[in-house]
Amino acid sequence: MQEPKRNGNGAGGVGVYVCHCGTNIAGIIDVRELAAYAAGLPGVTVAREYKYVCSDPGQEFIKQDIRALGLGRVVVAACSPCLHEKTFRRATEQGGLNPFYFQMVNLREHDSWVHTDREAATEKAKDLVRAAVRRVRLHQPLERRRVPIDPKVLVVGGGIAGIHAALTLANAGKKVYLVEREPTIGGHMAQFDKTFPTLDCAACILTPKMTAVRSHPNITLWTYSEVTKVDGYVGNFKVTVKRKPRYIVEELCLGCLECIEACVYKQAKVPDEFNLGLGKRKPIYLPFPQAVPQVVVIDPETCIEFKSGKCKKTCVEVCGDRLAIDFKQQERIEEVEVGTIILATGFQPFDARRIPYYGYGTYPGVYTALEVERLVNAAGPTGGEVLLRDGHKPRTIGIIHCVGSRDEHTHRYCSRVCCMYSLKLAHLLKEKTDAEVYNFYIDIRAPGKAFEEFYNRVAEEGTHFIRGKVADVYPEPNGTGRLVLQAEDTLLGLVRRIPVDMVVLATGLEARADAQEVRRLFNITCSTEGFFLERHPKLAPVNTFTDGIFLAGCCQGPKDIPDTVAQAGAAAAEALALVDAQFVELEPNTAYVLEEECSGCKTCVPLCPYSAITFVEAKKKAEINEVLCKGCGVCVAACPSGSIRQNLFEDAQIFEEIEGVLAHA
Amino acid sequence: MSEKPKVAFYWCASCGGCEEAVVDLAEKILDVVGAVDIVFWPVALDFKRHDVEALADGALLATFLNGAIRTTEQEEMARLLRKKSKLMIAFGACSHLGGIPGLANLWDRETIFQTAYRDSPSTVNPEGITPQPRHRVDGFELTLPGFFDTVRALDQVVEVDYYIPGCAPTPKIILAAVQTLLSGQLPPRGAVLAPDRALCDECPRKDSRPEKLMLTAFKRPHEVILEEDKCLLAQGVLCMGPATRGGCEALCLQGNMPCTGCFGPTSRVRDQGAKALSAVASLVESDDADEIDRILAAIPDPVGTFYRYSLPTSRLRRKRPAAAARAGEKIAA
Ligand SMILES: Cc1cc2nc3c(=O)[nH]c(=O)nc-3n(C[C@H](O)[C@H](O)[C@H](O)COP(=O)(O)OP(=O)(O)OC[C@H]3O[C@@H](n4cnc5c(N)ncnc54)[C@H](O)[C@@H]3O)c2cc1C
Ligand code: SF4
Ligand code: SF4
Repeated sequence: MQEPKRNGNGAGGVGVYVCHCGTNIAGIIDVRELAAYAAGLPGVTVAREYKYVCSDPGQEFIKQDIRALGLGRVVVAACSPCLHEKTFRRATEQGGLNPFYFQMVNLREHDSWVHTDREAATEKAKDLVRAAVRRVRLHQPLERRRVPIDPKVLVVGGGIAGIHAALTLANAGKKVYLVEREPTIGGHMAQFDKTFPTLDCAACILTPKMTAVRSHPNITLWTYSEVTKVDGYVGNFKVTVKRKPRYIVEELCLGCLECIEACVYKQAKVPDEFNLGLGKRKPIYLPFPQAVPQVVVIDPETCIEFKSGKCKKTCVEVCGDRLAIDFKQQERIEEVEVGTIILATGFQPFDARRIPYYGYGTYPGVYTALEVERLVNAAGPTGGEVLLRDGHKPRTIGIIHCVGSRDEHTHRYCSRVCCMYSLKLAHLLKEKTDAEVYNFYIDIRAPGKAFEEFYNRVAEEGTHFIRGKVADVYPEPNGTGRLVLQAEDTLLGLVRRIPVDMVVLATGLEARADAQEVRRLFNITCSTEGFFLERHPKLAPVNTFTDGIFLAGCCQGPKDIPDTVAQAGAAAAEALALVDAQFVELEPNTAYVLEEECSGCKTCVPLCPYSAITFVEAKKKAEINEVLCKGCGVCVAACPSGSIRQNLFEDAQIFEEIEGVLAHA
Repeated sequence: MSEKPKVAFYWCASCGGCEEAVVDLAEKILDVVGAVDIVFWPVALDFKRHDVEALADGALLATFLNGAIRTTEQEEMARLLRKKSKLMIAFGACSHLGGIPGLANLWDRETIFQTAYRDSPSTVNPEGITPQPRHRVDGFELTLPGFFDTVRALDQVVEVDYYIPGCAPTPKIILAAVQTLLSGQLPPRGAVLAPDRALCDECPRKDSRPEKLMLTAFKRPHEVILEEDKCLLAQGVLCMGPATRGGCEALCLQGNMPCTGCFGPTSRVRDQGAKALSAVASLVESDDADEIDRILAAIPDPVGTFYRYSLPTSRLRRKRPAAAARAGEKIAA
């Protein structure tokens, strides 16, 4: 450390601290010359250079100088403010100044890392430091605001992600509202028979968690419900939930299911959603035996009472004085206040009809993987017996991987789970039918714990693997009823045509059809593929760009159950961290409307990406909610009469900085 | 000799509308005339430059100078009147901001002369004569004021104490300003003597602007039949009201025409055109670059639209001389 340079500008002056960042900065910029230059700038009391200003001794210089030399402002010329602005603001504050009497110069990313000419880089550094010194003198003291956090949490979506997040939070003593769109929770996992790679029974591991949700005193479960409105901001969201009528009084239904038995429909006739239309249900039904809640639903589209008003209503008769059936039930609106929200709305399978040459919907022998999950399921429409639509048991089966994934015509991304669930289905199908099973794959992706071993196991069981993309599926000539899969085997270098009884399409995972609407509702963003976007792919994978809203499971991108559960735990932990902190501190670099000056032109109102601006009719003026404002500056730039200003980005400060840069000697 | 304060009116590069505006005060002008002694007003009274030169420095309470500074003579007169006046008042948009003549800053002397004295279809000038500051005829030397490359607002030439905005200033604004000046209760030096809110504040159509206004097309007033009580922006017509200082009582809007920005920006805005542009750009409803281009192409003269009155005092000030010359060559070719 050199002797500090002083120019005797006296109390209240600026202290400038130039960091070497080891050789990151000092390797290119002449830090001594820079500090000497800074010391001579008007208003600068002291300028030092030091190896690591962010280290404890580095920060100590700042604090001591503030006290000993009576500094009024601090400039640190070091790395990116993203990295250490907080550190140095704290040091400034600990030295006894308002933390916003500080300005940072990014000598590393903006200078030493992007230049090779020592002299020019040093000159540029001088320009940047001069600009900061001029700017910081105009800084105003600012206060950080605190907002309290409502400890209640909303979880949207009751798949395995939402279930796990809700239970984690509830077990930690937090009140949770779990909102699920369907009549039951469980999501896709409830439809599976076994899960890869361990082949444990999906229901055995899922249903205990589902019932735990139902009975947990801290969880309010609203199935058959949707969020319709979200107001407010981190810590203080106001959420409106629409509860669709299921025509059953949930509190009175015991789940005895006698009404289903008693329904005037003697046979189930309606294609059943849970079994993807492979089975049938009645107009009054329970989605599946382990559904949670164990409360039936009436489908008004097919119920005779709803259609004609002239049904004998044998269901009501048998329900008797339990009185749980209510044909007049209306939609209900609930309003709740929560502090944080976890979105766990999951995925939808790729629609196989979009690839017509695979023949889904045309040839009865073509199935989607999810349909096969139901077929191999002991609780499924065939009782676990794999029977084709024509009633036969298949003897040869072809599984086509990557349907709707890794393809520029559909989705470019890999859906991550299809290879593994294809292996699982290959194993289960072989086990149940002893058929010859052919996997047509591009390459096998088995990168998880015990995945490769599972692949080897399935291969050893005698499943065939053909490396090649299936180009066509067509009926075998001369009416055998079989389908031919044609693919170029890229390992053998020849075209293979394999006749099979059953084709299974390993459809990929895609964002739900209403993802954009949900995104807007919660004011978050989507990635180009349509999944909800995390704040940072590595460092904030369950956060969104909206504070207080977190993501869990496949709504953020395709993943398997272990990853989904891990992410749900992470989202719950993030929510807990906020809730337990009890308040959030807000950066004060927010925008504000000069009320007297605002002309009420409304230009700014629709522009705010965070919906922070409202037009107050009573005053005919715009108003910014500083809790919602993220300080992006859009409105400040747009206000045509200059009536919005922004803390830390006042015009005077910005112009002073620009002029400082341009005042190159 | 009267004890009344002496004032002067003078005009530089202007259209004469500001003079009309003073006359437009109608019988109220008598109040003004009664309160002051007008000692110099070329358009109406026969006093000459030497009469002004004869005054003691600071003898005038105020000079109301309209028009931009385009020629050497205008600069000389501005300096002379500045010296003789306690208060120098920039009167009207040209003096305040550079005004319509300021749009000539998209060119320079050469290209302007080329167009005006050679290329324009109505010009017959086979010898290609252009104005010269000095010329000898029969042994006599004739002079003309020199013509600057750049048009300037008054405060770019001499110090200005107050501004009266407008093209032209409205009677209400003029009377209020005169009263303020005579009252002796002077606002801070450099103030524009008009309200400091944008026009929307006093626009009768204000409430009809929707909160979320997004446009897919801009129209010019002659292309639509305009509704009389609906915000013009909401009708797709570019209105400078949100970016323009109010005080005119929305006269243009009352005439079912958009605001063109003559009162200039509010005190908080340094560049009216840039502000208007960023506000207008934010109304465009599209994420597609080509479509945005197509939508904006309906604004055929962006500088003349957004900087109609304020180019010389904007951050742009003028086209770079070399660029202006090159553009001129193209036109000449
Ligand atoms: C055929 C197939 C087989 C698979 N096999 C396995 C396997 O063996 N092992 C494995 O680890 N992974 C497997 N996976 C992956 C597994 O399905 C996912 O990892 C898991 O289901 C993700 O859970 P989730 O809760 O994120 O989403 P989902 O299961 O999709 O649950 C989302 C829930 O949110 C609800 N919802 C959606 N939108 C809203 C809304 N707006 N409001 C309220 N509620 C809403 C839905 O109704 C649903 O209940 C398989 C996937 C497929 C397609
Ligand atoms: S600065 Fe950005 S976030 Fe803040 S109110 Fe303005 S537009 Fe919204
Ligand atoms: S843009 Fe400016 S003047 Fe217009 S409403 Fe918003 S704050 Fe008020």
